[in-house]
Amino acid sequence: MTDLGRAASAREKSAAAVSKVLALLGDREHRGVVVDSPPGAGKSTLVVRAARELAAAGEPLIVVAQTNNQVDDLVDRLAEAAPELAIGRLCGQGYVPSDGVARHAGVVVEQQVRVLGGCLVIAGTAAKWATVSEGYWRWAIVDEAYQMRSDMLLRIAGRFSRGLFVGDPGQLDPFSTVEVDRWTGLTWDPMLSAVAVLLRNNPGLPVCQLPVSWRLPSSAAPVVAEAFYPFTGFTAGSDAGQRRVEFSTRAFGAGLLDEAIDLAAASGWALYELPARHTIRTDGEATAACAALAERVLQRGLICYSERAPGGELAGPGRIAIGTAHRDQAQAIRAQLGPLSAAGVTVDTANRLQGREFDLTIVLHPLSGRRDATAFHLEAGRLCVLTSRHRHACIVVARAGIPELLDAHPATEPVHLNVPAKFPDGWAANHAVMAHLANRKVRAL
Amino acid sequence: MSALLAFARAQAVAAGIAQPVSTVRHVHLSDRPLVLIALTLAGEANAPLAAMVGDGPESGRLLIVSQPRNRDQRFAFAAELAGIVVGHIDRYRESAGAVRPGRAGRRERYADAPQIIVPNPASIGFVRLLGRSTRFRRPVGEYAVDPAVPVLGRWLTFFAERAEVPGSSLLLAATQALALHWASGQSMVEDLNLAALMGWIDPPAGLTGAEAATIAEDPLAWPPAGPATDPTFDNEVLAPLIRACSRHGMSSLRQELAVFDLHKALAGQLAPTWKLMWRAVELLRALPPGQRVAARWESDRDAFTSYCEHLRDGGPPQPRRDSAVAAARRLNSLERSQASYAAQRALDDPLVLAQYRLTGEAFGGLVTTAEPDRVDASGKRRKLRPLITVLTDDPVRIEPGSDLVSPNRPGQSAKVRSVSGGSVGTSVVLELSGGMGRALTAAPGSVPETGERLCYTTLTDSYQARGPFPDREATPWTHGGPPPAYTPTHADVTEDWS
Repeated sequence: MTDLGRAASAREKSAAAVSKVLALLGDREHRGVVVDSPPGAGKSTLVVRAARELAAAGEPLIVVAQTNNQVDDLVDRLAEAAPELAIGRLCGQGYVPSDGVARHAGVVVEQQVRVLGGCLVIAGTAAKWATVSEGYWRWAIVDEAYQMRSDMLLRIAGRFSRGLFVGDPGQLDPFSTVEVDRWTGLTWDPMLSAVAVLLRNNPGLPVCQLPVSWRLPSSAAPVVAEAFYPFTGFTAGSDAGQRRVEFSTRAFGAGLLDEAIDLAAASGWALYELPARHTIRTDGEATAACAALAERVLQRGLICYSERAPGGELAGPGRIAIGTAHRDQAQAIRAQLGPLSAAGVTVDTANRLQGREFDLTIVLHPLSGRRDATAFHLEAGRLCVLTSRHRHACIVVARAGIPELLDAHPATEPVHLNVPAKFPDGWAANHAVMAHLANRKVRAL
Repeated sequence: MSALLAFARAQAVAAGIAQPVSTVRHVHLSDRPLVLIALTLAGEANAPLAAMVGDGPESGRLLIVSQPRNRDQRFAFAAELAGIVVGHIDRYRESAGAVRPGRAGRRERYADAPQIIVPNPASIGFVRLLGRSTRFRRPVGEYAVDPAVPVLGRWLTFFAERAEVPGSSLLLAATQALALHWASGQSMVEDLNLAALMGWIDPPAGLTGAEAATIAEDPLAWPPAGPATDPTFDNEVLAPLIRACSRHGMSSLRQELAVFDLHKALAGQLAPTWKLMWRAVELLRALPPGQRVAARWESDRDAFTSYCEHLRDGGPPQPRRDSAVAAARRLNSLERSQASYAAQRALDDPLVLAQYRLTGEAFGGLVTTAEPDRVDASGKRRKLRPLITVLTDDPVRIEPGSDLVSPNRPGQSAKVRSVSGGSVGTSVVLELSGGMGRALTAAPGSVPETGERLCYTTLTDSYQARGPFPDREATPWTHGGPPPAYTPTHADVTEDWS
């Protein structure tokens, strides 16, 4: 198939999925629709589209997202797409409208939902909606529903009669600061995600998939799909010809770092493997390697060619991210980066990188240098977030010996009655990713 | 495990004795706690075999079940245990003048509440399961039991549920309480063995902690603290005795002799742990209580008071499962308790705060400049907002704009104005508010002075509002709709014991 042909067929598939969702919203048969979206599959676009269609049909609706940034982003996109729409931005105390919200004159920012009576669409965070005790809307669109805990859904579900729940099932599950197993097995376990509880209590609800990732390059989509979306899968919206990277300078003098960077540029992936060693969490050599890779990429000038910029554009520090499992690791890398961190290279944990997109990412593998593989470090969502933020290439930094570590720590989590098995399994997903990286390895030092 | 805790454990290995990881006691200790050690029969789900219970080292009573597989004997055991446990609880309910008015006369709480101490977390599980299997029983009708049994079940359930609440001291596991205050040189799994942990903390004269812990691994010298028993004891002592107790066609005298032997054998299993438990209580009591321990005990007393009222008003037993709304409410309350407990411990105890200083959530340093009389005139009213600069060597991971408190000055909050790293350390500029009197000049001593050493942390103990939740009848469709109301029925008693 030609490039154009493949892109066109991807667009068709994607459009068909979106129309199916919109058709389901139109019929009165179900109280809710769940849409699973792999990384970068146009989730926000779908939310904006659905909100516009519902509003156009005269149905007042609320939009629920998890953070203020997410709400602001959705409001900005919605106001951009439908300037004529009266949009309310429900906010908490001390909220300062972002530029994206402030630039739209049609968006009313208010703390009280009463004042927003004239708005057909009202958007706010789940935490804010939970404090609203009056009003009833025909529709709610819940974004990032897999990252919302079910007790939060319980608090807001009384405000609407029908819901569209959109989210990425592969990302990190919500968590709690307390460890209690008294609700394990109940269909309304408050520790589960909103979608899990919704589907267990309403097994007949339609679940749709968005089939095309517009973010992940064709080198990454099959790997991520196989490891983290084993049953639904998805394809890349672009192909190898459309996405490629070049460097404005040639490799010279930085040896192994350049080897890893060139490998990633050519194949989309690289594993920068440090010698096996048990280390503390903030492994000095590994954090230094992450920082050095980022620095080297910027020194050499990363030029990205994609369907957005067919002529190529230089990726600045803002287009590069370093992902870690723990906050202290991120802090250690930031300290190593020094001025580059200030220049805009994002260094953060998987939790905070959720929903974000970069040209090139460098990942400190969660299991690097560990003696054990705990449930936290094995969690499929963590590795999925870390390895699916990039548009072009991903470099994984790890100590050697992760497959052996995995084999030494088979999953020992107890199996509970009445709890459906969760897929993908973190252990298998980790193995799948390591298997793919095995022949894209650069041995450092 | 925090870096500091790991370091303390390494130090314990080097020193040969457990190292203190707190300067104050973080649990409340009653004057007469009820110590309960229980053993169960291997292979049966929570079938009680023996219990030693009492509120003083000399007043321990041993209860045994000579045939744990016999249902009637189990309930006889439960009734006997109820006599002691519920009797202990009732002393706190009935003592004259126990109720005193709360704030503004709105609330009332008992002046004190009972406290139960068990050896380890698994024993809390025993309490929970025994409560589960007795609270739905009935004193009349089919399978009637002693009226005290369902009351015991409700109280045990109350205590076990309360033990889930972070910072509650109504039901304590000794190993957890000890591990909160001392770091041993063994793993956390080994710390669950009371005898080994006590070996590290309080080794006999002439032995190191490691040696004492090794001796404690011998089940002959130190039988397990329950609820599981030592398998060799099960095979060689327990099985023949139980068989002898219930052999058919045996004279009653020989049977009585067998029960006597079983009694003696089980007493031998429980006595060492009984002594250890009271030694552990003694060690904990020797620590000075933290400043905020009393406030947490007040909320335990509140919980106790309201459950007493629930029982007095004839309320139903705790449901088998939490409904959707009850589960969400409970999780919310547990999370709030967890946050406030963590903050309270750090504010009470410099050693706990040190763990946060290592991770950058707190810092300690020297006040280098102070502007005690700075007034903020930007708003409608002029406000006293002194500025101080604190120079610290700690790794600071606090964003400008965060609100901090100092354990030394809990009534005062500090907003971070700027954080700047330099060659000599990190300078943090703080804007203070509160706790300085009403005038536009700060009351003497209310603003830290140059040269003072202070700690600040992002952890706050301030009141967090309870999240709003729908009523049970308004459970939304996403969570299965309103659940049917629970009405006690006779079918409850036909449930299997286990």
